Amino acid sequence: MLDARDRQLLERMQIGLPVCPRPYAEIGHFLAMSEAEVLERLTHLKQQGLIKRMGVIVKHHQLGYRANAMIVWNVPDTLIKQLGARISQFTFVTLCYQRPPHSQWPYNLYCMIHGKNKATVLAQLDQLNTDCNLGEFNQEVLFSRRCFKQRGALYSSNTDVSREDHG
Amino acid sequence: MDNIDRQIINSLQAGFPICDKPYQAIAEPLGLSEHQLISRLQALLDNGTLTRFGPLYHAELMGGALTLAAVTAPEDRFAEITDLINAFPEVAHNYARQHTLNMWFVIATETPEQIQQTLTAIEQKTGLRVYNMPKINEYFVGLKLEA
Repeated sequence: MLDARDRQLLERMQIGLPVCPRPYAEIGHFLAMSEAEVLERLTHLKQQGLIKRMGVIVKHHQLGYRANAMIVWNVPDTLIKQLGARISQFTFVTLCYQRPPHSQWPYNLYCMIHGKNKATVLAQLDQLNTDCNLGEFNQEVLFSRRCFKQRGALYSSNTDVSREDHG
Repeated sequence: MDNIDRQIINSLQAGFPICDKPYQAIAEPLGLSEHQLISRLQALLDNGTLTRFGPLYHAELMGGALTLAAVTAPEDRFAEITDLINAFPEVAHNYARQHTLNMWFVIATETPEQIQQTLTAIEQKTGLRVYNMPKINEYFVGLKLEA
């Protein structure tokens, strides 16, 4: 579904869009592609879902989001879809996933909250537990202590990890 | 960072247009000229508030694979384990977290098969059990870290 020109374009795009009035023309210039072709290919790739979105990668820390918590619940499989859909509606939830439980780690519903500080995140978690009736389920909050490694999306290894967390 | 910068960041998180003059398209609703927007953006990139603009790819549709994994690193081996795990190019990011499972990392590979190979290699290198928690479903959240 990707041809060679698409691949060249995606590879070039991963270093970021130039900050100049005609950025797509500039990208095309490096690939001997017209601006129109770049726009057409990108639009198509986005429609196909290969490009999830175009946008900006923010540094949470720089914006004052110092507390990053992963919250996990053990919820019945029959409720997971409905709960995931509800949790993800809260504006402070930045990611929400279903993942497989393990015997020593029995959690199957995950979400991330990036907050300005721990107290805010815990208050937001209270709100989630109350509003979604999650309080009765086993849960844990894992605040991050340190980020050791964080790299952006590298098309050469086909990744989509720019959003800091948990693909 | 002032209020205009905040508005710019919030507006960019909503998406970036694919059209011939995307910066102008974003500048207009913010009441800025294209030139003003570009210079503010450049400043935000230069001072590290923003890392980059560009596409976020769908790893699985591209043929690649991702997973979330965790280990319990004993306190006295914590630094060593960190180095061993971070040395894998497949490890995209790695966080220390407050829990018995105290190290959580994302593995990104070009093919799904390489995920298991990497997990096995990490177990061999560290001698620790690696818990694999691949995503089963993702629930869509809008992007909104309000600046």
